[in-house]
Amino acid sequence: MYNYLPHTDQIREEMLKEIGFKSVEDLFSNINRNIRFDNSNFDLPEGVSELEAKEKLSELASNNLSLSDCLSFLGGGTYYRYVPACIGTIIERSEFLTSYTPYQPEVSQGTLQVIYEYQSMICNLTGMDAANASVYDGATACAEAVLMAARITKRSKALIASSINPEYKEVIKTYCYGEGIDIDYISLKNGKSDIENIKQDEYACILIQNPNYLGSVEDVFEISEVCKSSKAKFIVCTDLISSAILKRPASYGADIVVGDIQSLGLPIAFGGPHGGFIACRTEYLRQIPGRIAGMTKDLDGKTAFTLTLQTREQHIRRAKATSNICSNQALMALAATVYLSVMGPEGLKEAATISSARAHYLAEKINKIPGFKVLFNDFLYEFVVKVDDEFSAKDLLNQLKEQNILAGIPLDDKFDEYKNCILVCVTEMNHISGIDKFAAALEKITSKCCLRS
Amino acid sequence: MTQIIFEKSRPGTRGVKLPDAGVEHNLNKYLPENLLKEEKLDLPELTELDVMRHFINLSRKNFSVDTVFYPLGSCTMKYNPKINEYAASLDGFLNIHPNQDEGTAQGALQLMYELQEYLKIITGLDAVSLQPSAGAHGEFTGMLIVKSYFEKKGEKRTKVIIPDSAHGTNPASAKMCGFDIVEIKSNSKGLVDIEELKKVLDNDVAALMMTNPNTLGLFEENIQEISKLMHDAGALLYYDGANLNAIMGITNPGLMGFDVVHVNLHKTFSTPHGGGGPGAGPVAVVEKLADFLPVPVAAKKNNTYYLNYDLKNTIGKVKAFYGNFGVLVRAYTYILTMGKEGLKKASEDAVLNANYLKEKLKDYYDLPYDRLCMHEFVLSADKQKHEGVNALGIAKRLMDFDIHPPTVYFPLIVHEAMMIEPTETESKETLDNFIDVMRKINTEIQNDPALVQESPLKTSVSKVDETLAARQPNLRWK
Repeated sequence: MYNYLPHTDQIREEMLKEIGFKSVEDLFSNINRNIRFDNSNFDLPEGVSELEAKEKLSELASNNLSLSDCLSFLGGGTYYRYVPACIGTIIERSEFLTSYTPYQPEVSQGTLQVIYEYQSMICNLTGMDAANASVYDGATACAEAVLMAARITKRSKALIASSINPEYKEVIKTYCYGEGIDIDYISLKNGKSDIENIKQDEYACILIQNPNYLGSVEDVFEISEVCKSSKAKFIVCTDLISSAILKRPASYGADIVVGDIQSLGLPIAFGGPHGGFIACRTEYLRQIPGRIAGMTKDLDGKTAFTLTLQTREQHIRRAKATSNICSNQALMALAATVYLSVMGPEGLKEAATISSARAHYLAEKINKIPGFKVLFNDFLYEFVVKVDDEFSAKDLLNQLKEQNILAGIPLDDKFDEYKNCILVCVTEMNHISGIDKFAAALEKITSKCCLRS
Repeated sequence: MTQIIFEKSRPGTRGVKLPDAGVEHNLNKYLPENLLKEEKLDLPELTELDVMRHFINLSRKNFSVDTVFYPLGSCTMKYNPKINEYAASLDGFLNIHPNQDEGTAQGALQLMYELQEYLKIITGLDAVSLQPSAGAHGEFTGMLIVKSYFEKKGEKRTKVIIPDSAHGTNPASAKMCGFDIVEIKSNSKGLVDIEELKKVLDNDVAALMMTNPNTLGLFEENIQEISKLMHDAGALLYYDGANLNAIMGITNPGLMGFDVVHVNLHKTFSTPHGGGGPGAGPVAVVEKLADFLPVPVAAKKNNTYYLNYDLKNTIGKVKAFYGNFGVLVRAYTYILTMGKEGLKKASEDAVLNANYLKEKLKDYYDLPYDRLCMHEFVLSADKQKHEGVNALGIAKRLMDFDIHPPTVYFPLIVHEAMMIEPTETESKETLDNFIDVMRKINTEIQNDPALVQESPLKTSVSKVDETLAARQPNLRWK
């Protein structure tokens, strides 16, 4: 008897006999012998008991430094935020966890209504008219939005801000390679897109992130104007926590709004599973990729939900679909929906303002320490610290790591413009005492002048 | 009565409250005023109990593997062991940041590395990327590798051949890589028609995308000949791993001659589907394609694990960071507990269960391809349709017996298709009950088709008007 397999050998024999087979082997008689596995080369380990598996996995997990066991100032699009307790209870509910894509609406009303509510909340926070049921993450949401804009405008060039998440930039590049779309970039000035330097061309879209990867807000109204005059679609990638402080992208002319939902109640989990959202104005609805749930009626006139506008999708349209996406991040969208429901308008605002208040508090402290300079002040909860060239930022990070402080993300290999700089992030998880401790540690290290590389 | 969460909102109430900021703060000091929000966020205002009742009651309107038999063809709805959930929820996996120093994530990197090694053995190929987030994402990754490989070789190959029985994602993925799709018909046995293949195979062809066993649940017996044909023409062979659950430890794509494979961890390796995701679609390739994989891949040197970004011809990244890590943890745990004998037994039992159902049902429903099947098979409701109830009607009636319907109307090459995949985790009692129910529905159709057409009767809503939903889209609460 093996884990999770219910048949005893006797049952197997009975079943085989009933359908006229002598042995299990007979069931594979149509597979040519010379491509059959010889048992010796199916060289996986022997199975272990649940108890042993638990021990092994616990050991592996303990070889990682959990953010809950250190002071972390890591952000960069992936945020260590408070996850309300009820989210876990709900997403572990078997009826959500172990169901499939809701193709059969009558037995999937739970999942379908959740998607509808999720779409509604995404629309409310972005100001868009419609949203899909999710894509894989913020990076693929950006990439899909660029492809979407190319289909809408029938143009094959995209203009992307250099200030977006470098991971997203890479993914957009890969998707554009597939579809044969050329990319130009908007150069950086003072930590944001240099609006003086935006080329006017036949672009399908201009894509920016706001607040951008470096934490700063972009000159969105000016960029929006360029989009209008050049008939490029304006794609805005955003962190929805910021929507509690900043105006919605719709109010500055966004056509498509995308982003990652990780900050809305999802654990970081080494970068996934997270989830991407795509929202757009009604006129672009037919070009949106992925699942969409709609409200309708059942035969008795009762309110009901179903997947809809499926003629955009691969299982109907095959090669002519708006995207190949099938599995998405439904469970993550559920978590985000629960998060937004239990936090409500006040809770979301608190998350945003606490982070922002404490981030500025830390920035001011760091700015006062000799050897450091906070480069830009127009940020929400992430900022760039320039380390004096006398010191090496990487050595500094290593030394702080020894003190259980993950001080930030080095920008050296991400932005040529920001050598020896660190991206520092503060959320509601960073207490004032921890922030003070971080600043004190910085001061101590530099006062000893031991950073010279 | 169905109420949307916004309708339940009671302004002034709230769920979770966060602590005070502890410092003074004035955003106007830093941010341009014309960017600051004025209006209140439009979100529901509820207590935690309101939220719990809302979502828990919604969950009760779902069918799931933990509550009912779910023989949804091609989706491998096997039981999702809870130890896998436990493992993924460990603090040391949940709360680690992708940008933290590799030295502080050795456990995670070791897990990724070992999972890559396991998948190499299971697929029989030489190198693995765990980055793709789902099956279709794996297809896209794999076909981009194909595209890039030929470009580097200086060959202009623009076409991809796909059998008419293929999953819709195959042509959609190849299209996203800029390929033209050439569809070939299946032969009378439900297999790739070798003569048809020869007709379309020329120097423009980059690859053939196949599922084996195919979507009819039939093993492509001529796979070696197909492989030789493709390789002689200088093209590559792509394996859609959706049906890998049929062959673990029995054969593998490497032995069959495939060059690129994607694996659906959420199918074969038992990670929960979550109502549509997250999944994971790792890609495995032969040696000559190894340095085209997305970066980074997990690697090991002197007993230290690291992320290797140094792949000469990499197609880049298809997702931020390293993959759906939480899903990888679950799949890794599953492989660990099953081991080589367990995985092989899983495939054997999956095939046994499918053949058992097929033999017991074929006297009642048409079986267009009456042959040995693998982990799934396709019935046709053509006969029942003539009696007044089509495949969709049968699907809906099954719900009244607490059984999730099979996949219907796919594959496209079978009229009134009902694609049934029981999986290995279902007991003989469950299978026998399904057989009884399917026979009973057949009798009902003969005696009282109207009863079946009115179904489902026991679900939270009756038959849903999908046409209305598409004609008058209502996609958000206003």
